[in-house]
Amino acid sequence: MTITKLLGSAALALLPMAGGALAQEAGTELPPCDNCSDSMVIMSWGGAYQNSQLKAYVEPYEALTGITVTWDESSNEAIAKLRAAQEAGNMPFDLVDVEGPDSQRACDEGLAVEIDADEALAPGDDGSKPSDDFGDSLINDCYIPQIYFSTTFGYRTDVAEWNGQTPDDICDIFDTETFPGKRSLQSSPKKNLEWALICDGVPAEDVYDVLDEDGGVERALAKLDTIKGDVIWWTAGAETPQLLADKEVVMGSTYNGRLFSVIAEQKQPVAMLWDYQNFDFDGWIVPAGLDEARMNRTMHFLRFATDTQRLADQAKYIAYGPARASSQPLVSTHADLGIEMAPYMPTNPENMKNYLVNNIEWWADHQDEVEATFQNWLAQ
Amino acid sequence: MADATITGGLPTGREARPASPEPMLAADGTLLRASLARSLRRQKARALLLIAPLLLFILVTFVLPIGDMLFRSVENAIVPETLPRTVAALRDDPAEVPGEAVFDALYTDLVVAEEYKIHTQLGTRLNYEFGGASSLFRGAGRHVGKFDTDVYADQFGDANPAFADPGRWAAWMADDAVRAALPQTTDAYDAWAKFTVDVHGDDPAEEDLGDFVYAALYRDLAAGAQPPGLPSVDVSGFEAVSLKQQFVDDDEGWGEPEIWTTLRTFSPRFTAGYYLNAVDLKIGPQGIELREGSDRIYIQLFIRTLILSVTITATCILLGYPVAFLLASLPMRSANLLMILVLLPFWTSLLVRTSAWKVLLQQQGVINDLLVWAGVLSDSGRLVMINNQTGTIIAMTHILLPFMILPLYSVMKGIPPSYVRAAKSLGANDWTAFWRVYFPQSVPGIGAGSILVFILAIGYYITPELVGGTKGVFISNRIAYHISDSLNWGLAAALGTILLAVVLLLYWAYDRLVGIDNVKLGG
Repeated sequence: MTITKLLGSAALALLPMAGGALAQEAGTELPPCDNCSDSMVIMSWGGAYQNSQLKAYVEPYEALTGITVTWDESSNEAIAKLRAAQEAGNMPFDLVDVEGPDSQRACDEGLAVEIDADEALAPGDDGSKPSDDFGDSLINDCYIPQIYFSTTFGYRTDVAEWNGQTPDDICDIFDTETFPGKRSLQSSPKKNLEWALICDGVPAEDVYDVLDEDGGVERALAKLDTIKGDVIWWTAGAETPQLLADKEVVMGSTYNGRLFSVIAEQKQPVAMLWDYQNFDFDGWIVPAGLDEARMNRTMHFLRFATDTQRLADQAKYIAYGPARASSQPLVSTHADLGIEMAPYMPTNPENMKNYLVNNIEWWADHQDEVEATFQNWLAQ
Repeated sequence: MADATITGGLPTGREARPASPEPMLAADGTLLRASLARSLRRQKARALLLIAPLLLFILVTFVLPIGDMLFRSVENAIVPETLPRTVAALRDDPAEVPGEAVFDALYTDLVVAEEYKIHTQLGTRLNYEFGGASSLFRGAGRHVGKFDTDVYADQFGDANPAFADPGRWAAWMADDAVRAALPQTTDAYDAWAKFTVDVHGDDPAEEDLGDFVYAALYRDLAAGAQPPGLPSVDVSGFEAVSLKQQFVDDDEGWGEPEIWTTLRTFSPRFTAGYYLNAVDLKIGPQGIELREGSDRIYIQLFIRTLILSVTITATCILLGYPVAFLLASLPMRSANLLMILVLLPFWTSLLVRTSAWKVLLQQQGVINDLLVWAGVLSDSGRLVMINNQTGTIIAMTHILLPFMILPLYSVMKGIPPSYVRAAKSLGANDWTAFWRVYFPQSVPGIGAGSILVFILAIGYYITPELVGGTKGVFISNRIAYHISDSLNWGLAAALGTILLAVVLLLYWAYDRLVGIDNVKLGG
């Protein structure tokens, strides 16, 4: 798997390095933008993630160009919004932030325009071509990734009923004998099915083959059935951190950056279970149907926001790994807390002993039917 | 009435009757009836103009969207529009798994659909009916450009270089005699030329033709077509490609009957499929049948929505009636203070109130903590009051309570206290005076409050979503899910229409039983 190499090299590069990048940051110059609109609407996720985008490149871009950026915090339902906008013939968004599989869906359905990375993006600081710099993270022709993140588990470290044991295996999620208490899981089949199969004895590399077979999805759901009564289902990434902090759940899945906030910023008695963390990308798509001025502005912003320094800057605000290889050496410490980000990065070798990479093509093809089955199973 | 120049042109309904000997005239000599009608008409026009802004607003923001949603619940044009050739070919082929002709048509349709990137939407649409259709169409869309049909282009090019010249093709395809002789080729070429211009912005007379055009030409010539003006070519020795085989090799699903049954069932422009789905039915090969057990959820959800809404209405009456009674009987000063307390939740954001209930009700929440502290509960025996139906009932009762109290209060305000005093002076005790004299007069308030609360509750969405878990959600949550997540807008529209029909039916039943005239929002 080539993505393994990418992640591996990223992990090495993340080892503490003194950032000599500050000098460059001050002298940033932008090429002029001809025939460009003077405002943008960007769709993102809200919360800590959107804040990292705001600090790392949206605010700097506004300061450099004088344009205004409006946020729309509905990336959760990006595809639905894009489809509705396209049907209405009026595209209110200039740039949309989505996860990998959604970008595939948008690209397949003609909701996003195709982008030639080498032409549209800035070369890496080390002079590398964008397509090499981003490498395997350019999963389809429409997608410009920003970061990779992982979905993983956090657990409370002060649960008396556990008698001093702590979960260190993904299958401890399914072990309600040793680790009693409520768990929170995402109200979506993605990732949950993979974990369920692994804990049902399927080797990690065969997970998607088993899901492809007749009865494979049902097998995973049967495994999830064993803990269904103990699960609180979440839809927003902020829910698990809240539930953990409120002691409403003893363990739960969420994005690793959210757990970083709970542990490092809010100092809650929570620890991370990295076993079989599930990697995915988050990045930009440019919606189809923009007029020329808006398209020019969007591409101008995109070139700036995805350059080496900007992606590295983003990692100062949130514990996600930049998608550019050339950004990795510039990642250092948290902007406000001053702590090393490396131990919290999903790509830290310590955290990567077992991991899964989301099979984007499989999910793009099967999302519709598996999602329907899963939601019906939930409603039963 | 002064304008005497306009006369006549009125409806003739009355004139058909035997006319009175002398028609009555107005002061200016015109027919009184005509003159009256004109003035009435003017008044109506003025009234219409006055309400025009509101009417327009309601039309644009209410009637049109609802009409559009109703239309979506039966609309199914995506299948015949995306696969026009396949739908036509399927009509002539009754076999469970159709023959080559249908696969030929499907090939052309899919190549074209893939260019416009609409095949995935069709896959998503058909997936609502047959799980697996989505991956079938997505896969085929990705691979259809790599089918072995390129052998046709090569063979035609080898037979005569003219076939590889786009300029020659453009000339042939402008000739009506050629078009008539080569129907499939013409159809394929036109589709190819259209997307070459529309999608790529290229000139068809300069671009290499798609493989599917050569495949169509092969089929036309193999069927014995003799187009005038084309170089003669003997296709009998050509290597042929079975498109059926190509599709089945790509995905076995194409060789199985399910997808074809689904396509046949959903090829008309309008369908009852969404409504059937909304009541846990589907169209199978043998007509309408029940869905599999694991897919049967909507009837259960409708029933749950009704039961929970009735429960919420009942608890609102129980809690609201005493409060309204107190409000109506207290002196003005203290009543006003109490009224502000009732109205306060109105002025607070719905989300804040619902989140407050989360804090109160959760297992580590305020109520459980208090009960544990007071020794009523053990620490391990904390009550589960949220993420289930209890949570939904409690939070929604609180949120909808003002809608019960306000109509009750205004009706109770209008009940003269002298009636109860009269009853008591005639020997009734407190209870009898209340039950026989006061309560019947307050029933219209209960009616109004119940209708308000019930109708609001049945369509509620955000509160059940936040506190209902999986067992305490309503049908409206499912509608929202289909609108924003699964994007099955047809099913959402059908579910919404059924919900609307249920509400109207209940309203009608209420009118028959209680009488809508007995509903009062004020004294």
